[in-house]
Amino acid sequence: MSVGDVTVVAKGLRKVFAGPGGKPVRALDGVSLSIRPGELTALVGPDGAGKTTLLRMLVGILAPDEGELQVLGMDATRDAQRIQDRISYMPQRFGLYEDLSVEENLNLYADLHGVDPQQRRQRFDRLLAMTDLARFTHRPAGKLSGGMKQKLGLACTLVRSPDLLVLDEPSVGVDPLSRRDLWKIVQQLVDDEQLSVIVSTAYMDEAERCAQVFVMHQGKVLAEGTPSALRERARGLTGIVSPPLDTPARDLQAKLIDASDLIIDAVPSGGNVRFIRQPEADKTALSKLFDGLSPTDRPEELEDAFMMLLRQHHVEDAPPAATPEVHQGQRERASNDDKPVIVVRDLVRKFGDFTAVASTSFDVRRGEIFGLLGPNGAGKTTTFRMLCGLLPASGGHLEVAGLDLRTARAQARGRVGYVSQKFALYGNLSVQENLQFFGGAYGLRGDALRARIRAVQTQFQLDADAVSGDMPGGYKQRLAMAAGLLHEPDILFLDEPTSGIDPLARRSFWRTITALVKEGVTVVITTHFMEEAEYCDRIAIQDAGRVLALGTPKAVREQAGAEHGVDMNSAFIAIVEQARAKGHEAGAEKVA
Amino acid sequence: MSQSGFAQRMAALIRKEVRQMVRDRSNLAVGLLLPIALILLFGYGLSLDVEHAPIAVVMGDTSPPARDVYAAFQGTPYLDPHWAGSMQDAERRMLAGDLDAIVRVPPNFSRRVASGDARVQLLLNGIDSTTATSVEGYVSGAMATQGLKMADRTGSAPAGGGVVVQQRMWFNEAGISTWYLVPGLLVLIMTLTGAFLTSLLIAREWERGTLESLFVTPVRPLELVLSKLVPYVVIGLIDLAMCLVAARWMFEVPIRGSLIVIVIASFLYLVVSLTMGLFISGVTRNQFQASQMALLTSFMPAMMLSGFVFDLRNMPTVVRGISEVLPATHFMNLIKTLFLAGNNASLVLRECAILALYAVVLIFAARRTLRKTLDR
Amino acid sequence: MASFVAFLAQVMALCRKELLALLKEPSSRAILFVPALMQSLLFGYAATYDINHVSYAVLDQSRGAASTALLTRLDGTGVFERTRTLTSSRQIAQVIDDNDALMVLSIPSDFENKLSAGQPSPLQVILDGRNSTTAGTAGAYISSIVASYNQSNGYASGGITVERRAWFNPNLEARWNIMPALIAALSMLQTLLIAALSVAREREQGTFDQLLVTPMTPIQILIGKALPAIMVGLVQSTLIFLIIRFWFQIPLVGSVWLLYLGLFTFTGASVGIGLSISALSLTMQQAMLYTFFLIMPLMLLSGLLTPVRNMPAALQVATYVNPLRFGMSIVRRVYLEGAGLSDVATDFIPLLVIAALTLPLAAWLFRHRLS
Repeated sequence: MSVGDVTVVAKGLRKVFAGPGGKPVRALDGVSLSIRPGELTALVGPDGAGKTTLLRMLVGILAPDEGELQVLGMDATRDAQRIQDRISYMPQRFGLYEDLSVEENLNLYADLHGVDPQQRRQRFDRLLAMTDLARFTHRPAGKLSGGMKQKLGLACTLVRSPDLLVLDEPSVGVDPLSRRDLWKIVQQLVDDEQLSVIVSTAYMDEAERCAQVFVMHQGKVLAEGTPSALRERARGLTGIVSPPLDTPARDLQAKLIDASDLIIDAVPSGGNVRFIRQPEADKTALSKLFDGLSPTDRPEELEDAFMMLLRQHHVEDAPPAATPEVHQGQRERASNDDKPVIVVRDLVRKFGDFTAVASTSFDVRRGEIFGLLGPNGAGKTTTFRMLCGLLPASGGHLEVAGLDLRTARAQARGRVGYVSQKFALYGNLSVQENLQFFGGAYGLRGDALRARIRAVQTQFQLDADAVSGDMPGGYKQRLAMAAGLLHEPDILFLDEPTSGIDPLARRSFWRTITALVKEGVTVVITTHFMEEAEYCDRIAIQDAGRVLALGTPKAVREQAGAEHGVDMNSAFIAIVEQARAKGHEAGAEKVA
Repeated sequence: MSQSGFAQRMAALIRKEVRQMVRDRSNLAVGLLLPIALILLFGYGLSLDVEHAPIAVVMGDTSPPARDVYAAFQGTPYLDPHWAGSMQDAERRMLAGDLDAIVRVPPNFSRRVASGDARVQLLLNGIDSTTATSVEGYVSGAMATQGLKMADRTGSAPAGGGVVVQQRMWFNEAGISTWYLVPGLLVLIMTLTGAFLTSLLIAREWERGTLESLFVTPVRPLELVLSKLVPYVVIGLIDLAMCLVAARWMFEVPIRGSLIVIVIASFLYLVVSLTMGLFISGVTRNQFQASQMALLTSFMPAMMLSGFVFDLRNMPTVVRGISEVLPATHFMNLIKTLFLAGNNASLVLRECAILALYAVVLIFAARRTLRKTLDR
Repeated sequence: MASFVAFLAQVMALCRKELLALLKEPSSRAILFVPALMQSLLFGYAATYDINHVSYAVLDQSRGAASTALLTRLDGTGVFERTRTLTSSRQIAQVIDDNDALMVLSIPSDFENKLSAGQPSPLQVILDGRNSTTAGTAGAYISSIVASYNQSNGYASGGITVERRAWFNPNLEARWNIMPALIAALSMLQTLLIAALSVAREREQGTFDQLLVTPMTPIQILIGKALPAIMVGLVQSTLIFLIIRFWFQIPLVGSVWLLYLGLFTFTGASVGIGLSISALSLTMQQAMLYTFFLIMPLMLLSGLLTPVRNMPAALQVATYVNPLRFGMSIVRRVYLEGAGLSDVATDFIPLLVIAALTLPLAAWLFRHRLS
């Protein structure tokens, strides 16, 4: 390499796209940075910060309007092909050919990158072992679960050792186990082959592993440095507090996060609430807010610094922690609150000989947040689709508000809201038009419809004219939520609503959920952010179609054992791995 | 990047396209079954030649000369005469769509035959003008023959001198419409399989996001275009073989030109029509629009404007100019000549050169739509 | 009543969304309506078997007054245009092969002598049979000109004169017969495709599940999906109709209402087929290819280009499941004949049966097609 100590040099990059109604959107607004070779570099920032645009420029498939960009010592626009011959890129939605098998996909990319057939076998074996895909080499990629697809995408980009590896949010929608594996692969390559890696991510624990972090916001680089240097910004401001007995941690969290002039951020964790206070927060006001509780200090983390940075630059975007309107009167709260609204007994779903869901049972009570956790392919989405009446069960019994939605009269579905994994929206329609349609489909019309649309638009801060297909992930998620809540359902099904969403948007999302639950709405949710399980009243961990653990987050953490129970992430991994080990043993015994 | 890199990438991409093509049955249905269905339909189902056209004969005169008129219609396989009791009855049946024509023999027919000025009235159902024109021809022909016979018998008129037309139709002596429909079918099949099969290929990769990953590899845009062509060219050549076999042995259409020239010309056109599909796909980047465009630019123009059934010579200059722009028109001219007229070096060379030019231009246009950039 | 209003309101919401999705972008709007307009104009001019320009070459070896008079008569029609004058019979093949002339008239050297001697005097006509229909028509035209030449010069030989009159299409113009059929045929192409892609597109993009969890019933979804496609079809039909009526000036004999009733029923049946394809398909590609697979036979077995009666019996039976055959028949007969409802009632029955089978099938498949 000619330049020696830099892989990427950017000077004053600008890119403007045409937004809704011809308004220009500055995706990149003067970005200058340089990236060192042989190490991991992270790009973090909220949705619409310009991370993807920057990465696409790096790999030569998007030309900057202004500025200069050198990759591996070559001009990214003029020498795009020569750069593309030497790098590997994994876009946000990796383009796997779904009708080709795992092996065929790998072979395709190996051939395209000119990998020698002799070396290939060895490399494939290693990649398949690392991704745990060896069992599925002949399965069509379309039949893999989301996490497995993501791992296969990574494997396809790693068929040879590139001079630069570019990963755009590689862990979106990937469960904690797969995420850990994925990073293991990347880390190994960095260690073994001194690979230069640029990765954009919404997970701060991933950014923390990187040597260099760039925080982006609205097309600009807000801050850069090593994780420890960035962490410094939050020093002395971080704390943790336990809620009073018989108050859910999320209620205390909601109270803290609403006091935005004193508290920058708050999040439930292990039954307590972690928070960051404003540097200039008034002592007396703070102690009044804590109201007799005794917060203690805790070491600052990268996420704290990130949240601080974003909050400082996000003021003009109005309050992120949207406080939903409270319409207590409108929703009748049934007197017998203890009767479960959702009953699932011995639910089974088979596809051919493959059992997606195996005798699953659980109840959800009114006004509860019920979390369904599990690795990719565990059967969560299948369970969801059965609950919503989109898929008939092969066996067992299920009831939603006393009915099976598949056979129930159409009106029964009117009490349920559903936000699917991919945020199913009509991409070429505007926000307003999407809302009008979903409202109409749920039987709202006239003034009632207009009023509700206005309400959710303010609640979720949606721009009525934006075209939904062009919006970044976080906005899509908000619109999908808004559409799901238009008809004020009693029960809300949310399938991975926070995948690919930045921490800021996630806070605001959960603030909305906790407010809804206070009104008596029942929420069933799946997520791959294990810390979000802390918002739930009860959770179930599912793997290979079976329920492995069921109970309050605390109970589940305790089930994982003392050494794993510190946080939900490790508890989850421990429970799934223990169960899988037992499964292998049982299988081995059977063979014996 | 060396020559071997190109070969390796091409092989990999072609393998990928073939797998995708084979794994979706709808591809093979359109690529192979549709041509077979069309061949059968064209061979057995479609004919512009009217046979057994039902006509009613209304007799205003029952004398022997008048009855001979009815007999004259019975002699031809093209007409199927029926007695009709009255004009009202015949008209009612024609309104109901049961008759193609009514022939009315007037009351004074035999008297006028004697005076050498016999007339019959022919009332045609103009709903289908093609059939009507044919029926008119058959009726006039039958009457002319009958007139001669009567003249012979009565000896009233002098055995005629005058100009006698001796017609010879070259290339298709019997004037069988199948003979020009079947070569046309070849054009239609090449056009359809081309446009339909390839028009989604690039759009689908845009919509599913697979191109973004593919772009950032050593792959070159031209390789993408060529690899998408190859499997479908093979399908098209299979279709071509089926068409030729069917034309020769099922429909017994003569193939007077050289087979090799036909195959070369078809190959050129196949590349043109497949690349046209790819180009549409790459320009729209959207499966919905691509499919609409493919439908609009292929099927109807090939059927209506290429000289398939409707002769270009009968069209106004502007419309003719537009049809000259269509590659299908040139291929149609070429293939009809090669089938029915035989090798004609100057025409073959000219049309092949035009097709080759289209192929090259379209390949580069399609390649342009795959320029590695997400910018529009 | 209130529940009916609610029912309608939900259907309307879906209709509105479908229309927006179809028509919002200028490019989609253009693709739905501009081609219909252009095609009807183009095909209006292209669709003709009527010859109005025949290029011919002459090899006149007699060079007498009679041959000159005959050729003058030919040129006087305005249809025949002499492009080449040949000097040797060896040139004939060249002229025909190269498409320089559709026909060659060859006049023998003894043409004049035989004529004046009262003997039959042959005139050779060589036609390019690559399009035998055009060739046949041109040949017939020549014959009739020669016949009138004979008659006016007193060479005529008695015979029977045929006095022709044609109903519904006085000049027997092919355009009259093809264009009304296009009102149905052209609009069917895109309508079928729109319907076929409508559910497949939502399945591919994941919005169909979202639609199924709303309280809308399959019937409502069906109506909401079918109506916009029917509307697009009818607008296209109207465009073509206006062009035929006012540009090509083909007079409408029957009632506009009956015409539209027929078109509505026909489009409904086509949309039923399209939606059934859509509900069966998992991807847009499948939906599109299956539609294409169907469109060709539908067009060819409709009687658009070749009359249904010319087909073998088995295929004629097969045409009973082809909505285009009956849609076209209704349009043609109402347009040109002025047929009343009772005349075309039998054409409505197959259309209604097709709609009554395919529409409920599609509605059932919405929920029961497992992905």
